Amino acid sequence: MKHVIALAVGFLTGAVLFVLGLYFNPFLDKPGISPLAVTDDRIIDLSYSAVAADSILYTDHGETIVSPHPARVVELWEPAIRDTRLLVSLLRDSRGNRAGIGVKFATASEATSLIRGEALVDSVWHVYLPGEGTFLVDQVENHWAYLREIVIPARVSSGDNWVGTFHRIMTIGPGSLGTARVTGGSGSFAGLETEAVESLTARGYSALSGPVSMTGGLTVTVPDRRIAGQP
Amino acid sequence: MDQAMFRTLIVGILLGLVAAGGITYSYPVVDLHRERSIISVQPNGGNTEAFRINLPRDRIMVGLSGVEDSIPAELEWPDRDFLGQFQAELFKVRDRNNAVVGLASRLASASEATGSFIEWAVHLPARGTIYATMNVTPDDDGFRNGVLRSGTREFAELTGAVREQFVADVDDDSEVQGRIELVTRLVGPQSDEEGTP
Repeated sequence: MKHVIALAVGFLTGAVLFVLGLYFNPFLDKPGISPLAVTDDRIIDLSYSAVAADSILYTDHGETIVSPHPARVVELWEPAIRDTRLLVSLLRDSRGNRAGIGVKFATASEATSLIRGEALVDSVWHVYLPGEGTFLVDQVENHWAYLREIVIPARVSSGDNWVGTFHRIMTIGPGSLGTARVTGGSGSFAGLETEAVESLTARGYSALSGPVSMTGGLTVTVPDRRIAGQP
Repeated sequence: MDQAMFRTLIVGILLGLVAAGGITYSYPVVDLHRERSIISVQPNGGNTEAFRINLPRDRIMVGLSGVEDSIPAELEWPDRDFLGQFQAELFKVRDRNNAVVGLASRLASASEATGSFIEWAVHLPARGTIYATMNVTPDDDGFRNGVLRSGTREFAELTGAVREQFVADVDDDSEVQGRIELVTRLVGPQSDEEGTP
């Protein structure tokens, strides 16, 4: 009997050690600089509030800690869209002026692999910039660092919140350099094929209501030839 | 603790590590729900798929400046000075069996600066996204044709056409006042050599 108890205690200890090893594994946290940091192309820097209450519209399946906004927006409860979040946000330029409207569809990815430190999200941005045009951003995001450094600490905190400084490039693909794929639709972006990355800057998070102080950034490169309006 | 017991404890720890690792590696954290795709094959090897949006039930948002009856109520849409005639609509998207399979955004504008445009982004969570730009003027028969500008995941390598039509008379459901139908006709990349996929 003593051996059975020892085996059970050892088994639980091993499982806990594995979880701790996964959580504290420094090799799974690979913060890097933006792959677009050294580009010579024109850069469009857009930012948006990642706080649902500050958005134009946010909805999900309705059972998360984040309240849909506005209050009576339709919830995404059907099985096929249950793992998808929908955000409509005002986009601002680097000076803080209104620059456009962005619609973001974000779905948890089946390629998620926690043992590799990958909490993946497939997302697309459908963006309109007045006076310029429209484009679509297709990307794979890794939310592992966000979960590890913000969400879990907020959950285990006695105050149910996290306060600190967090900044990460969230985009890890599908481009080979870890960039998102951008396709132009209309206006000066028509025919455009280029790259983008999305970043997240957080200062406050509540385990009870979600992001409190959080800003997203979308950086899009536009090849110089597009400025001259050449095809 | 005797040596045999210590060995048992070590074996238990190793088993726990292996079991936790195995479960973490093999158990799917995300398992998206899939509806069976209803696709018909065309003679040229492409395929046709029809999606529908039942109105008003599937409408999530209508963003248009200067309109009082916004959807949803309390939507704070930017003013006309900023967005002009730009209109953004969000919908749930259904397949031909009326099962919800995704979401869609329809952006439209008659701006002089960008030129008029109408475009769709149809996001099917388990499959990918279709990005289509449409002709601004519909055909005489009421269809609005467009092209697949790009696609993601399952649709990444495809090219083809998208057709949009508004159907006002929907007899099969008293709660549906109208329907938007989107029909995609998509084909895979051409092979370089005969017989090579």
